Amino acid sequence: MPDSLLEIRSLSRSFGGLKAVDEVSFAVPAGAIKSVIGPNGAGKTTLFNLISGMLACDSGTVLQNGREISGFQPHRIAELGISRTFQTTKLFSRMSVLENVMVGRHTRTKAGFLAGVLNLPWTWKEEREIRERSLELLDSLGLADAAGELASNLPFGRQRLLEIARALATEPSLLMLDEPAAGLNIYETREMADLVLKIRGWGITVLLVEHDMSLVMDISDEIVVLNYGRKVAEGEPAEIQRDPEVIRIYLGGDHA
Amino acid sequence: MRLGKYIPILTVLLLVVAIQLIISAGGANYYLTQLTMSAYYSLVIIGLCLLMGYAGQISLGHAGFFAIGGYTSAVLTTVNLMSHADSSTVGFLKRLGMVFERQDLYGNTLLAFSPWLAFIAALLITVVIALIIGIPVIRLRGHYLAMATLGFGLIIYRVVLGTGFLGEADGITGVPGFPLFGLEVSGALSRRVSNYYIAWALVLLGMLLAMNLIRSRVGRALRSIHGSEEAAGAMGIDTARYKLATFVLSAVFAAVGGIFLTHYNGSIGPSEVTGMKSVRYVAIVAVGGMDNLWGALLMSILLNFLSLRGVFGSYDDAVFAAILLVIMLFFPDGLLRAPGLRHLTILRQKAAALLRRSKPRGAEDA
Amino acid sequence: MSFEQFFQYFLSGITSGSMYAIIAIGFNIIYNTTGIINFAQGEFLILGGMIGISLSSFLPLPLAIAAAVILTMGVGALIDFLFIRWLKRPSVLRLVIITIGISILIRESMLHIWDEKVRTLRHFTGTEISSIEILGAYISPQVLWVLGISAVIVVALSLFFRLTLVGRAMRACSDNRTAARLCGIRARRMVTFSFMLSAAIGALAGCAISPLTQTQYDMGSSLAIKGFTVAILGGLGNSTAAVIAGLVLGLLEAFSISVLPLAYIDAVSIAVLLVILFFRPSGLFGNREASALKEF
Repeated sequence: MPDSLLEIRSLSRSFGGLKAVDEVSFAVPAGAIKSVIGPNGAGKTTLFNLISGMLACDSGTVLQNGREISGFQPHRIAELGISRTFQTTKLFSRMSVLENVMVGRHTRTKAGFLAGVLNLPWTWKEEREIRERSLELLDSLGLADAAGELASNLPFGRQRLLEIARALATEPSLLMLDEPAAGLNIYETREMADLVLKIRGWGITVLLVEHDMSLVMDISDEIVVLNYGRKVAEGEPAEIQRDPEVIRIYLGGDHA
Repeated sequence: MRLGKYIPILTVLLLVVAIQLIISAGGANYYLTQLTMSAYYSLVIIGLCLLMGYAGQISLGHAGFFAIGGYTSAVLTTVNLMSHADSSTVGFLKRLGMVFERQDLYGNTLLAFSPWLAFIAALLITVVIALIIGIPVIRLRGHYLAMATLGFGLIIYRVVLGTGFLGEADGITGVPGFPLFGLEVSGALSRRVSNYYIAWALVLLGMLLAMNLIRSRVGRALRSIHGSEEAAGAMGIDTARYKLATFVLSAVFAAVGGIFLTHYNGSIGPSEVTGMKSVRYVAIVAVGGMDNLWGALLMSILLNFLSLRGVFGSYDDAVFAAILLVIMLFFPDGLLRAPGLRHLTILRQKAAALLRRSKPRGAEDA
Repeated sequence: MSFEQFFQYFLSGITSGSMYAIIAIGFNIIYNTTGIINFAQGEFLILGGMIGISLSSFLPLPLAIAAAVILTMGVGALIDFLFIRWLKRPSVLRLVIITIGISILIRESMLHIWDEKVRTLRHFTGTEISSIEILGAYISPQVLWVLGISAVIVVALSLFFRLTLVGRAMRACSDNRTAARLCGIRARRMVTFSFMLSAAIGALAGCAISPLTQTQYDMGSSLAIKGFTVAILGGLGNSTAAVIAGLVLGLLEAFSISVLPLAYIDAVSIAVLLVILFFRPSGLFGNREASALKEF
């Protein structure tokens, strides 16, 4: 069986006595859109933080194309082609929209301290390329008109888009979206769904955490359900919708 | 090739020249002394501005690096190896030109290290110490970071104050001039004008390098770290490495200021490394607007010049403290929120983006 | 080292150590209520001492000390009124710079009111040359006063925080400000109280120690650093641990005198500070995870 783009095995993490993520395992095949759902507190964002290296796992492994990347620093993981957005937008608020995306180009470019301080000529070409690529990205996400605006001046929906644009600038093979539809109205959510499909069309695998069921059921190839940090179901949307355990979690019985 | 960004530097250059001509014409060359000293203190400010405003790290001990630079070059250029003149090591160094004989103030013959060697040694020591202190320090935040850097500065102060060969309370005097491309950095009255230009040339060079850095990919990375360290890391920026590199760079700026001021004054003492000195540096950067390089430079010249001329009298420290308080309470983004070039750059980018728009958006913007 | 020498160093160590502990407790009171680390804490000791010295020239000593404490409390309230109450959710950086600025202002004011001369408060009992012998060591009776007053302060504070309404209100604020306000506690007033209380114990300690260490306008900052070191050593906010940590630092310093040149003694506490900050910022008794999650 070929290696999945991303595979996590028995990933666990506790805070004090609380098991936030409890022996979770699943794989994300290349080219898929996979969603992680579950009630609040089920451990979804913790899971993301473990994969992206922002949190250390207590046990378990994270593999990318069969190679272990558990315990790597966040910037290393970004270099390896795994990029993410955040549940609460973390934009560089005092930088412009364009500059935010340009930062995303960091891992694919080279100019270092010395070259920067001395303003060496070869960096001018690189800077030009960075700017052009970033503008293209903004354009494809419909943000080109706001390129010069301060990022914090953007309305909320466009800020979410900007964060995605920034993550895309790193040329990821896997894009992790943490609640991309949070705070969006019905039309914006529709556009977000289209955007995710478009991103997959560009050859980028997508792993997303989401609460909005219509979005999830609509576009996901596979879904993982978490509750109290444990995986309780995994499969295609139709299967998940029929799964009695999932129904119990969402409609009655215990919630996290 | 964007030459527009060099306009501020050229303007300042013109101002520097104009001021000198006016002062000399008025026969008030003594003002040049304070302006020269202010220039060297401004080197510290430039480095600190990069550290505080761009990498977002406070340092309450930067006077320590100033002292490390100054004291190292002072010690090496005033040490007397005459008693070891016959040893083979000294003879070897002599042939390499690193050690040479000179006369000191009292007409005695000294065998000391050349200022250039002392300069290089001072920078090396500064880098090493900055790395040793920097690696643990950058992991700290907030109050802990402030206290750690304050502690660093105070340790340097205590060491300098309590060590014999560092001159204890009297410091080190008799530091020779620093030969620089036919000129000399020293306090000689006849060389006041040339020293003024040397100091300012260094400042402008420092500003140029700092500006280049800010506009570069690395500068962008630093600003992103300041904006959101987590997001910066997620975008592939090794935040620890960049913070450390900026720390070391700012230490080097401070050390260079210390080295040259020591040669200019011909001496250095513990008063250059008190806690108050470090606080003043921070106050100036804060007043100029943490990430406003030109604002910091302007404030540095203004406040240092006034302080050196004794305008604040015995209330010097109180004035700086008051400035700090007023700024931090009511103008936390600094007094000077001058548009500056960054906004011009943003406007230019906006125009380019408008030109690039391929298709109009159908839906209304939210 | 003979036993007498050892005991002499020991007493010296716990004397200065108890002072550091009091300063650290002062830090903790304000920190617990407001999250602010008050760099001006050391100045309270010096201010109290200076006021006490000036007043003692025409007032009986106990009255002079009491007045010094009250006046310094007033300064504490003034600091809150002039500077702290403007702050709404300030960044840690701003807070640090502001409290440093405050400490400098106080110090410079003291310089201009009292000048740079070293002054001493009268010994509470006896004179500079009276001494008591304990186990072969000769100490000034003032040492017993210092230890006694420190102990009284510690005990009084713990009773205050546990038993009185105001004390409990302050603890509530430090635990959960919003909840405290919902219970009708005026958080703003608690902030003022915390500054006044820290100033009061600082002033009392400053008067007690003045006969032994003398008082000079610029001693505040090194006291603040040592107090901060002790506070961190015990775990920021933990006043019981601060007592132990204070004694530890005091003893460390005292015994260092036997091995290090005098000029480097101050560097000892700074070195301890750096070591703690670099390797175990949660302190000896602090909770590692809890402090990792802290604001800063």
